[in-house]
Amino acid sequence: MAERVYVKLVGARLRGQMSYRASFVLQCVAQAVNQLAELVIILVLFNRVSALGGFPVNEVVLMYAIAGTAFGIADMVAGQLDELPTYIRTGTFDVLLLRPLGTLAQMMASDLHLRKIGRIGAGVAVLVYALDQNDIAWSPATAVLVVAAPLSGAVIFSSIWITASAICFWVVDGQELSNAVTYGSNAFTSYPATVYGPWLRRFFAFVIPGAFVAYYPSLALLDRPDPLGGPVLLGWISPLVALAAAVAAGFVWRTAVRHYRGTGS
Amino acid sequence: MRAYARLALAGFRRYSTYRRAMVAGMATNVVFGLLRLAVLVTAVGQGPISGYDVAATATYVWLGQGLIAVVVLWGDKHLADRVRSGDVVVDLYRPWHLQMALFAEDIGRSGYAVVVRFAPPVLFGALFFPFRWPAAGTWVVFTVSVALAVAVSFGLRFLLNATTFWLLDNRGVAALYTAATWLLCGLAVPLAFFPEWAVPIVWSTPFAAMLQAPIDVFLERGSPWPFLAGQAFWAVVVLAVGHLVLRRAVRKVVVQGG
Repeated sequence: MAERVYVKLVGARLRGQMSYRASFVLQCVAQAVNQLAELVIILVLFNRVSALGGFPVNEVVLMYAIAGTAFGIADMVAGQLDELPTYIRTGTFDVLLLRPLGTLAQMMASDLHLRKIGRIGAGVAVLVYALDQNDIAWSPATAVLVVAAPLSGAVIFSSIWITASAICFWVVDGQELSNAVTYGSNAFTSYPATVYGPWLRRFFAFVIPGAFVAYYPSLALLDRPDPLGGPVLLGWISPLVALAAAVAAGFVWRTAVRHYRGTGS
Repeated sequence: MRAYARLALAGFRRYSTYRRAMVAGMATNVVFGLLRLAVLVTAVGQGPISGYDVAATATYVWLGQGLIAVVVLWGDKHLADRVRSGDVVVDLYRPWHLQMALFAEDIGRSGYAVVVRFAPPVLFGALFFPFRWPAAGTWVVFTVSVALAVAVSFGLRFLLNATTFWLLDNRGVAALYTAATWLLCGLAVPLAFFPEWAVPIVWSTPFAAMLQAPIDVFLERGSPWPFLAGQAFWAVVVLAVGHLVLRRAVRKVVVQGG
């Protein structure tokens, strides 16, 4: 029953977005350009050096592609949470509370960013290229991992998004802070974790499980030992990490909503 | 003229009311600075690239993070929203030149941003990382360069908003603009890192005048005059084009009585 309502809500939003068709197509293109800009930057750097953090260009591009695809999917599904401060400030969030549907699902369904297709498409295209360029130890297990890694990454990113957005229930103008975490983790995961210093790595790789989006799965695909000394197993557990992150995010969101009082305006 | 000065002051005041948002934005700049610096230092740590050693790279990153909010590297949509809703008619009625009025307000805004968005990340970088301070005289030139960068950025954003007169929905153009700036203004990687054949190409866009030019002036990469000349050229071009576009756009506006 409830699912049908969500499908209808999302459908209505999609039709709305398509009404300015030229603008929509341009936005898709812009998303793809945005995604590919980071690739250009990686290539520019590798024009000057032969390795970053001990990884050659093709391996970094593989990590970037997995991270970019995962972030694109998460941005499409959860990106609407960036509007949460507006919902809280204007009192629109109270309306969501009155409806007999989950608040989180309503927020996410309130606007599905279809234009992110451009970003996801660019990510997948580069991923296919990177898989071709690298020496992947193909087996049924790695084949599953190629699909599972971006999807788990998307769940991890979405969980980060939900958790970070929940800050706004306490600090109404905390939007920029949560952006630092969400977009920051995207920037972090596009490069090997070995690039970063110990503090940044601890936070973005393990407190926020960013290393499980692209870094560890890439090591498993490339059949490379972890230069940081982690066990081989880490490359295969991203789906479990994603599940744990989703459960944690759900818990944080529920606590935050229970804490919510409305701004009174 | 006095009216425009007042508008600039109003711009300054208007943004100073969002104090906590400014603090939060500052934190974002620092986090992104740290992430970007880590990647670039891994590269230049293996040996300087086009004159950028670790100190110059750190200075580059923190100046860039500080300038983002001063110069504004993304498309704003205030005017676009007013065109869409029709409120722009009220703005056109007023006894001012719309473009100049918005420019004055933007100057006020950028003045406030220098205090709360530029100074903190740069001081943070100077305290905790190797930093390259310029000679005393360079500060003056750097200030002029930043002002020109704001002018170029405003001119481009005005043009971007003005497309709404024809398109009604300029979000697509704005998104494309943001993607282009991100790559070509020299925020993510110094333009000098591009392959030799590409360097003249990336320097020939107005985007380079918005961020890389002031940074290169600060880092004293050669004489500052060519940078300033390029910036002044683009500032004049984009502001003049904006003026012409506005004149044409005004002829298109139809006020529906009621």
